[in-house]
Amino acid sequence: MVLFEDLNEMQLDALKEIGNIGAGNAATALSKMVGKRVNMEVPLVRILPLKDVPEWLGGPEKEVLGVYLSVFGALAGHILFVMTIDDALKIMRILLGDMAPSRDQILSMDELASSAMGEIGNILSSSYLSALADFTGLHLNHSVPAIAVDMAGAIVDVVLIEISQHSDYALLIETVFVEEEDRITGYFMLIPDTGSLEIILQALGVV
Amino acid sequence: MARKIAVGMAEYRVSNDPEDVLCVLGLGSCVGVCLYDPVRRIGGMVHVLLPEHLPGQSNPFKFADTAVPALLAEVEKAGANRRNIFAKISGGAKMFSGADTLFDIGKRNAEAVKEALKVLGIPLKGEDVGGNRGRSIFFYLEDGRLEIKILGRDVMVI
Repeated sequence: MVLFEDLNEMQLDALKEIGNIGAGNAATALSKMVGKRVNMEVPLVRILPLKDVPEWLGGPEKEVLGVYLSVFGALAGHILFVMTIDDALKIMRILLGDMAPSRDQILSMDELASSAMGEIGNILSSSYLSALADFTGLHLNHSVPAIAVDMAGAIVDVVLIEISQHSDYALLIETVFVEEEDRITGYFMLIPDTGSLEIILQALGVV
Repeated sequence: MARKIAVGMAEYRVSNDPEDVLCVLGLGSCVGVCLYDPVRRIGGMVHVLLPEHLPGQSNPFKFADTAVPALLAEVEKAGANRRNIFAKISGGAKMFSGADTLFDIGKRNAEAVKEALKVLGIPLKGEDVGGNRGRSIFFYLEDGRLEIKILGRDVMVI
């Protein structure tokens, strides 16, 4: 069984490339969504123990938006897309202007806020997932995205529970999107189930 | 000066120093189980992930059914008297709305913890479980109170 922590440099590079393409797709999707040009900085791609993820996001009590999808088809795994509430607010303002929900509306997950955030999360996470599918040529499906607004620790713990039989590591792609003055950081995490990392590496020809 | 001690996932902490505060920040569908002897002011907390012990797993503190008796043994070892001990529990939220079974784990965790307490005959003196919000919990060993913080709400004490 191949584990994240055992990957060699060539394998990591191949995964990073998927991260780059996924981030590019996400920037394009964001541009289309807001009707303005959205640029991105070179994404940071790393393998991280899941238990360290809340710290990476700014601490276990950091207020974040989380979007969770399960992946099935040619491989099985989980996707968690996270951004801070402050950054989610920025996207809302760019997207909806004066109609954007307030911070309080987001924290209380009212209807407008949760549908707008669900949409953003859905579009961004499928951008990364389609990069994975295109690059590997694997046919992938995903579940309807589930969203939550809460403390980073609480959002990560449910995913940790689900994967605790499989892996303790996630492939994390951190992307900074830039629209004029605004900088928005998105954290995309892919957590393959047992055996699925091998399928990805095989499809990429780097086993 | 109160000392805050974080209890990580699948970990436990026990203390006989009444100044200590055992805590979990950002608790989702996991459950924090607190045991306390109010006479000797000794307490412990365990942060459980799953309801039932899985074969081949060596850490008893990960699973409700093995974590509760294991924590009881640890607080007794630290000097607590079983006849005085009561429990308070919190957590077990359903963080993501969706029909997936993944999201029912919080409820199953809370039920398994209560069952384990019942089997041991430990009275449950306070609980705040379920719902769809994450919690930060603080267990004060000076008096056994459990403070619960939820985003956008007032602090609750049980």
